[in-house]
This record gives sequence, structure tokens and C-alpha cells, in this order.
Amino acid sequence: MSIAAKRSLQLNDQGQLRHFLSLDGLPRELLTEILDTADSFLEVGARAVKKVPLLRGKTVCNVFFENSTRTRTTFELAAQRLSADVISLNVSTSSTSKGETLFDTLRNLEAMAADIFVVRHADSGAAHFIAEHVCPDLAIINGGDGRHAHPTQGMLDMLTIRRHKGGFENLSVAIVGDVLHSRVARSNMLALKTLGCPDIRVIGPKTLLPVGIEQYGVRVFTDLAAGLKDVDVVIMLRLQRERMQGGLLPSEGEFYRLYGLTEQRLTLARPDAIVMHPGPINRGVEIESAVADGAHSVILNQVTYGIAVRMAVLSMAMSGQTAQRQINQQTEEQL
Amino acid sequence: MRTHILGARLIDPASGHDGVADLYLEDGRIKAIGAAPAGFDAEHRIDAHGLVAAPGLVDLSVALREPGYSRKGSIASETLAAAAGGVTSLCCPPLTRPVLDTPAVAELILDRAREAGHCKVFPIGALTKNLAGEQLAELVALRDAGCVAFGNGLTNFPSNRNLRRALEYAATFDLTVVLHSQDADLAEGGLAHEGPTASFLGLPGIPESAETVALARNLLLVEQSGVRAHFSQLTSARGAQMIGEAQARGLPVTADVALYQLILTDEALAEFSSLYHVQPPLRTAADRAGLREALKSGVISAISSHHQPHEADAKLAPFGATEPGISSVELLLPLALTLVQDSLLDLPTLIARLSNGPAAALRLPAGSLRVGAAADLVLFDPAASTLAGEAWRSRGANCPFLGHALPGAVRYTLVDGHVCYQA
Repeated sequence: MSIAAKRSLQLNDQGQLRHFLSLDGLPRELLTEILDTADSFLEVGARAVKKVPLLRGKTVCNVFFENSTRTRTTFELAAQRLSADVISLNVSTSSTSKGETLFDTLRNLEAMAADIFVVRHADSGAAHFIAEHVCPDLAIINGGDGRHAHPTQGMLDMLTIRRHKGGFENLSVAIVGDVLHSRVARSNMLALKTLGCPDIRVIGPKTLLPVGIEQYGVRVFTDLAAGLKDVDVVIMLRLQRERMQGGLLPSEGEFYRLYGLTEQRLTLARPDAIVMHPGPINRGVEIESAVADGAHSVILNQVTYGIAVRMAVLSMAMSGQTAQRQINQQTEEQL
Repeated sequence: MRTHILGARLIDPASGHDGVADLYLEDGRIKAIGAAPAGFDAEHRIDAHGLVAAPGLVDLSVALREPGYSRKGSIASETLAAAAGGVTSLCCPPLTRPVLDTPAVAELILDRAREAGHCKVFPIGALTKNLAGEQLAELVALRDAGCVAFGNGLTNFPSNRNLRRALEYAATFDLTVVLHSQDADLAEGGLAHEGPTASFLGLPGIPESAETVALARNLLLVEQSGVRAHFSQLTSARGAQMIGEAQARGLPVTADVALYQLILTDEALAEFSSLYHVQPPLRTAADRAGLREALKSGVISAISSHHQPHEADAKLAPFGATEPGISSVELLLPLALTLVQDSLLDLPTLIARLSNGPAAALRLPAGSLRVGAAADLVLFDPAASTLAGEAWRSRGANCPFLGHALPGAVRYTLVDGHVCYQA
């Protein structure tokens, strides 16, 4: 029941994307369509004139209740390359400090005739709330909600893997570090499972692994060396400094000694393994500089692919939302 | 006034009575059961053929929201909702504004409840000033003003030493304390039961140990102080088991469970619906099974609504920014009857957990239909059904059961022999 309900929130009556909230419940064909569309947009990025007119006349509003540089900038570029008008707001520093609620902030922006909201918020489920209760007729794109989901990051990671590894069918992928607090890890686990990756591993100390993580169909390792053995892809997660407080970890030094990715440890993986990181990286905390900047690293490619994936999601959601409006109008006329 | 209730199936768990019998009420009390007293000339007759007559329900936790939170509910609106749910006696928790830590607040609540006249209200006083866990409230003065027990809600004592002293002081005067056992430190920042559902949704978890650690400490301090204690709002199977073990070694403690904990599990959160945001949280199917078992065996002797009405805005935000609580006292009887419908309890046992069980836990003058007792009763049709929300009296519409067809329908609620609710 839950999957059906979630699908109906994200998809229109014809099964097309109209919001992009979470990868949960999205079928493999749809994820593949996002990747294929993003692939085609990568060519746009390589051209001298980088624009296509898909969202001409539309307004994309980036509403970030949490700080971000990379995600916000790549969403801005993606929207601009689709010829949309773009506004970006850091709401954490404006309306909410005046006591305006999330509900009112977004309703006001909607009244300014926005078509798409890209929202990042510290509360898990914020994007669902907006799509369900605040602006159901706009295309809502989740730019990260609490620990829950970061679906465009998940899809850009999948695009990176597909472009470098050709597919998912025979891969071993390891996700390393602070899985507990990571919306990136959750979205990646769901995407890898849906796309048919047979061996997903998570590696970290018990204090950074969520209870019941087995539900994602992953293998859990607390030892980095064992978990890295013969993997094709290593996804490192960012470790926030505040994890040292509250007893989750003794120190950055001990974390690096046990879970930091060094050149030496990377030799345990397959010789052609790729190293990924959602950024921003902490050199010497979760990853050695020599690895981050080395031959196996595809960290900067991820950023480039991120624009293409966001173009794909923005254009697909807008088109699905527009189609739904037409369906609704026809239904009303028939009544 | 003299009232004759004809032909109801009378279920009184306190006396073990279960059978069709007429009831005769006079001057607010039960005058006779079965045969009419000599010369009884009824002014009012209720034809109750096909209905069940049971003691009016006793609900140990109904937030009336007054004083201080009138946008969420009022004494008049919430006691009327309670009467519609079959309740004739309820306890209201001390989390008002100002906190119920002075006799003046208790008197205000009792005055307004009397004025509204929908059901009897028994306030639970704050154990400490402003629920801060530092300075004791004037417990004896509060008792004299009408408080039947004392609690600190979900607010923890900052020091175990203060808690121990509060329990000892209460024991001195044979006062009952109501303990909500959730360790605030282990629960810090938590929004949902720590388990696969919360992990999947990225909601910070509240581990089962938040309940069991606090419960273990509270049970030991209760034992040492000798205070009368009631454990409220259990959520875990392990917690219920700990209460059972304490009772087995002779500790006279009682416990209640929120009705919604017997029906829902944490899986209800899957869509981030804030209607299921409650504190302490919904737990697993195994916990629900353990709670149901403890309810059946009597380890848990009371079902409470833990009614918490809210204005719409309180639930209109991302899950973590919403206020916890469910408005459900209005559905207490039909919702509880789902437990009978699902063959988890028989009807007399269910009624016991909703009437004399809770009444005995806090020593309330309620919950029985013996001759001479107050004529507080509910008449309901077990064969009819209630469409939840078809009529709604509570100011809080934050109820996930709205729209559901529930078994049974309350027809009359009588308090002191007066019909205070009629469908």
C-alpha cells in the first residue's frame, strides 16, 4: 500500500514523473529513462551554446532551507540550460527568522507564478509535505530532506557508475562511512537495488549505521578491508565534524585510521575501481588527497553529470506535471 | 429524578454481572438492578433492548487544553467529545498553561468542568513546580483541591535524587503518582521508534531502551519509597513484561496503554503523515502484540485515549516540526470495540479495562454498576457502527481514524443519572 501511495504522489495518472521526492517506489524503467535523458543532455553541456528551450517561459525556484553550494549551483545551471528563469533563495537566513512558516513561504513563492520548486530542508519528509499539502500543482524536486533522501544525487551517482562501468548487473559497490545521517547513502542504496546491482555493501562502525539497514538488501561490514575486497565502485560519504560530539566517534584521527580511504587500502578493490564522493570532501578525514585527486577518482565527473541529471529531472517533472494538468482539465470538462 | 432502563444487557466487570436486567436509577445513583424497588415510579424511561449497559468509561488521560491552549480545545469541547465516546469520568494531565501546580488551576478546571456538565473531571496535579523536576509542588494542597494523582508528564527529573524524594514525599501522604517512563536523554531528538521504518524515512529514532531504562529506574525507586504508582502510556512489549515481573514480586503497581498503541504500529509513518506523530512513539508489531497480551492478562489494567487535540496548523508542517498527539477520546468506545471485533479480548474484559480497571488504578469513585454507586453509565448498540468523524465535537481533528467505519455506537451516556449525551 505504501509504495502505491508514494507512486501516486510522485507520478501522474500516466505513470510519468510529476514530482521528484524519493527513489522509493520508482520503477527501473523510469530510473533508466532519467539516465538516458541525462546522457543526451551531457552533449548539450559540451556544445558552444549550452542551451535548449525545454523550459522557456517557466520559472524554477530554488528554495534552500539548508546551506548548499554545489547542489544549488548545479540546479541553477541546469535550469538555465533549459532556458528557464531561475530564482534562488536561502530561506534559512530570511523569512523563517521572521517567523514565517514553511507553508507560508512556499505559498508566497507560488503566488509569484513559479512552476518548479527545488527544495532542500533539514526535516526528513519536507519535500513530501510540500508536494502533498502545500503546492501539489507545482513540480516539487527534492534537493535533500533531512536524512531521508537526496534523489538527484542518487541519480547522478548512478549516471557516473553507468558511464564508467557500463551498467549495474555485475557490480560490487561499497558505501563507506556515516550511513546513519546520510540521505545520499539511502538514495544510492535504493537506486542500486532498483537498477539491479547484485552486491551492495555498506561499511562503517555500528554508531554510524542505521538500525535495520538490511532492509535495503545490503551486506554490512564493520571492517573496511573486508568490505573493499574486489569492489568495482567505492562511494565515500562525508563525515560531519559534529559527529565527534555525542560519542558517535572518538576522533577524526581514529575514524581515518579505521575507515579512511587511502591508496594502500584502495588496492584491495578491483584494479579498475572508481572512487566517488558526493562532496564536499574532508581530505584526511574520510579520504586521502592522493585518492581524491588520483586516477581512480571520478569525483569531479560527478559534479558535471549532476547538471545533466538535474536537467533531466527538471524537464521530465515539468512535462509530467503539465500532462497531469491537461488530464485534470479534460476530466473537469467531461464533468 | 427516577429513571428506568429497560432490557439492556448489563455488563459490570466489577461484580461479574453479565445478563439482561433492568436498571433503576434514583437521585443520581443506582437504586436497583433486576426487579423494581417497591413503589418505584419512573419519570423517565429508556428502552434499551438490544443495547449493552456498561459502567461509564474511565479515561486516565484526556488533555482538555484549558487553561492555556484554547486554540487546541476547551474543557467544554473536550468533555463533550469524551461523553460522545462513552466516557463519564476522565483525568486531565497537568500540562496546562500555567501548569497545574497550584490549587487555583485545579479549581478553575473543576469549576469549568462542572459548568459544562458533560462528564466528571479528575485533575492530575504536577509533581513538581512547572514540571521542572526541581521543586515539589504543594501536593497536599493540590489533593485537597481535587487532584487525584500527581505526575510529571514526559518531562524528566534532572536528578534521580529529586525523583526519589518526590516519590517519598508522595508516599508519606499515600498519594498516587503517575509515571511516564521515557528517558529524555536516550530519546533526545527522536521522532519515531528506532527501527527499520524510522531508518528508512530518515527520522531520528527513539530506542526501546528509552522506555525500559526509565522504567527499570522508576520501578526500583517506587519499590524503595513504597509509593502508590501507576505507569502510564507503555509502548513496548519489554516494558509491559517488566511491569508484569514487578507485579509478580508483589509490587502493587498498575499500568495503562494508549488505545492507539493497541491498534497502530510504526509502519503507519511510511507516508510521513503527521497524524501518526505521537510521543512516546508507535512501536513495532511485536510490541503491539506484547501490549495486547499484557492487556488481556491484566498486567495492563487500563486503556486510555491519551487524547491530545490540536489546531490544524500544529500538524501542517514537515513531520519533525509537527506537534505530537492524536485526538481520539470521542471514539474511545467504538475504537476499543475493534479489539473485540478482532477477537483480541472478550467484551466484558474490554469493558473492565475501560472502567473499573482505570478507576481502581487511581482510586476513583467510578467504574462499577453496583447498587448505591453513582449512576454513571454508557448504553451502546454493539451491532451498529460508527462512521468516525460524521459528527465531531472535539476541537482537534487530528485523528487518523476519521472516515473509518468502527464497530458499535454509543446511544446514551449518563452521568449521575442524567443523560449528558444522546446519539
